[in-house]
Amino acid sequence: MVDVTPHGADFIPAAEVAEVELYHPHSWWTRYVFSQDAKVIAIQYAGTALSIGLVALVLSWLMRLKLGFPDTFASISPDMYYQFMTMHGMIMVIYLLTALFLGGFGNYLIPLMVGARDMVFPYVNMLSYWIYLLAVLVLVGSFFAPGGPTGAGWTLYPPQAITSGTPGGQDWGIILMLVSLILFIIGFTMGGLNYVVTVLQGRTRGMTLMRLPLTVWGIFTATVMALLAFPALFVACVMMLFDRAIGSSFFMPAIVEMGANPLPHDGGSPIMFQHLFWFFGHPEVYIVALPAFGIVSDLISTHARKNIFGYRMMVWAIVSIGALSFVVWAHHMYVSGMHPYFGFFFATTTLIIAIPTAIKVYNWVLTLWRGDIHLTIPMLFALSFIVTFVNGGLTGLFLGNVVVDVPLSDTMFVVAHFHMVMGVAPIMVVFGAIYHWYPKITGRMLNEAMGRFHFWVTFIGTYLIFFPMHYVGLVGVPRRYPELGDTAFVPPSVHTLNAFITVAALVVGFAQMVFLFNLLWSIRHGRPAGDNPWRATTLEWQTAGTPPPHGNFGKELPVVYRWAYDYSVPGAPEDFIAQNDPRPLTQGGPA
Amino acid sequence: MAETTLEHAAPVAPRPPGLRGIAADWSSDQRAFKNVSWGKAMMWIFLLSDTFIFGCFLLSYMTARMSTTVPWPNPSEVFALHLFGSDIPLILIAIMTFVLISSSGTMAMAVNFGYRHDRRKTAVLMLVTAALGATFVGMQAFEWTKLITEGVRPWGNPWGAVQFGSSFFMITGFHGTHVTIGVIFLLITARKVWRGDFEAGARGFFTSRRGQYESVEIMGLYWHFVDLVWVFIFAFFYLW
Repeated sequence: MVDVTPHGADFIPAAEVAEVELYHPHSWWTRYVFSQDAKVIAIQYAGTALSIGLVALVLSWLMRLKLGFPDTFASISPDMYYQFMTMHGMIMVIYLLTALFLGGFGNYLIPLMVGARDMVFPYVNMLSYWIYLLAVLVLVGSFFAPGGPTGAGWTLYPPQAITSGTPGGQDWGIILMLVSLILFIIGFTMGGLNYVVTVLQGRTRGMTLMRLPLTVWGIFTATVMALLAFPALFVACVMMLFDRAIGSSFFMPAIVEMGANPLPHDGGSPIMFQHLFWFFGHPEVYIVALPAFGIVSDLISTHARKNIFGYRMMVWAIVSIGALSFVVWAHHMYVSGMHPYFGFFFATTTLIIAIPTAIKVYNWVLTLWRGDIHLTIPMLFALSFIVTFVNGGLTGLFLGNVVVDVPLSDTMFVVAHFHMVMGVAPIMVVFGAIYHWYPKITGRMLNEAMGRFHFWVTFIGTYLIFFPMHYVGLVGVPRRYPELGDTAFVPPSVHTLNAFITVAALVVGFAQMVFLFNLLWSIRHGRPAGDNPWRATTLEWQTAGTPPPHGNFGKELPVVYRWAYDYSVPGAPEDFIAQNDPRPLTQGGPA
Repeated sequence: MAETTLEHAAPVAPRPPGLRGIAADWSSDQRAFKNVSWGKAMMWIFLLSDTFIFGCFLLSYMTARMSTTVPWPNPSEVFALHLFGSDIPLILIAIMTFVLISSSGTMAMAVNFGYRHDRRKTAVLMLVTAALGATFVGMQAFEWTKLITEGVRPWGNPWGAVQFGSSFFMITGFHGTHVTIGVIFLLITARKVWRGDFEAGARGFFTSRRGQYESVEIMGLYWHFVDLVWVFIFAFFYLW
């Protein structure tokens, strides 16, 4: 057992922080709607994120139908395809994954795991959700605006994003998109400040930073990154909004539209937008990935009944991945052109990230090594995450090199790569985490049979979707094309594969409906879970009741005596020792 | 802001100096920054994030200015005022900068009197700070009006690169918005100080938490930050 605190297990430090006066709700409205309780806010965040994510899922089916069966679905025009693609990407990356990991899991787990009554500023936390909801509503509104949503691609590259050839470019679409992003960033900042200050300044007695569960480390680091990366997107959105709405020329060069119509812009730099966007965009990949890394570490340790291998190394890997991800952004811009030395620099930094990432993968595998592995549903999802993430990460090594990236960049290979590494892999963790913490949130287990069906169809199905896509990309099929037509270099087998991928995507989509049904069905009909169904060590499983009451813990906040990974300690009567278990190992306690 | 430091807590053991002290703080429980309240920590982290926003704005402006192929308008001429029969370069900006930096002085004094629980002086000094801030915004409005009447627009101007107008309005506008928000919150906080809310620990209307004089200092952190940002805007936009 490794404990990295300077004192023995029997040392109880004095309380430095006074008990917080919580806001106590007086009515149904302040209890369930305008609630200041982080747990309610978390469920609101998660519900909104999953709902808008469902829209993005449906959009992906429509895209796949067009790609797989272009003649049958001729009614899906190229413009509509681009709109679906843009909205699918933007929703999945920002409004689903970012909001769900940080706003959903962050809100629910941070106060419980660090032993706090609530976030440090519950009122600001509540505002964060309502501004996020407003951002989502503006985004949804763009579907009903004249001209429809923007079809600029999720990267919104100018000049095409605001010219009239692009859907929504000269209509409402792009304006609503930019306004929605600005709102999202404002709302996120309010929540993010809460998460960071709660972790740094609001922990309970005995909870040192090096005793935090890795889930909290992942969410915390991702939030710090988001607070430093979203400003670049904010500035880019403001500037593009000015270019589009009042005719400035930040990103717009002198340009002729549709071959005849000169636009009133002059001297702007589209490349500048790319720099701002990817200074946000690359950290964003890790904003999604780091919480997943943290959560999956806890799932593996809990369900393999074994302490996490190399805890400190895991923490430093999370922190160094977070820091490195700020100096790799231009690897998304190799094809935009840059000085060769810059390409060299960004390729090198990109490949260096593989080192801490590989450390994490090895540590997960070594945690499993000779563990008492329970193949529960959360564990299945955690294992599938490792496989999928390694797969997507390896193709990332290809694409990080300039000479390999340039021919592959505009092909389906890139689509396959980033769906594996930042689409499927984090979503697997989202599912695993929901199966893991649903019993704490509702008091009931999710249905096992539906869960296993959901897992196997999703896991195998996503491989059937994205593995062939690598080959489609390697033969040179370009991405962003709604249909291929009769193109000489595309062999007929590609069309067969495309149809196959579409069918697989629809099947996987059906499995998600089963999952959503399970979420609703198990609230009433699930097996009662008890306080600690997984026999886990972390504080959220030691609460006074399930679901945890307002204020999380009873009269007294828990005192933490040990790290979060005391599983299968030799000699202990049970195979786990909770973090707030005061019995020292040497005095006839658990040892 | 809630009281986050225990009044009757056992005194925190003295920390070793230097790097060892930092390491001791970060490896301790409960708080990484000892004796920093939640409100102050939150404001510092927000300011860090806001620094990145202003940093991105200024870097984008500098990129545009360095890469433009047409001449950039000469700031000493564009921002000159015709006074007493001659053009004085940057005179208005000099006065604006003086006003804003003076307001940082009055803000610092307000924080000092706040911790002495001197209600009247704290409130008066905050009102002076707010008045200086409002003067700054007023002079900025005058400057905008002058430039607009001379034909500066976000999409063009009579003297050169079109990015001049858009960068100018965007960056000074974003900063002016910060000053305006600061003035509003200064007035709100000054009113609370005047009424004695922080003496009585009256509960906030929205947050229902007890008020305390620390709010004055947190307000001060924001105000000094807005001043500091102006120094950079002044240097990079007007003096370059």
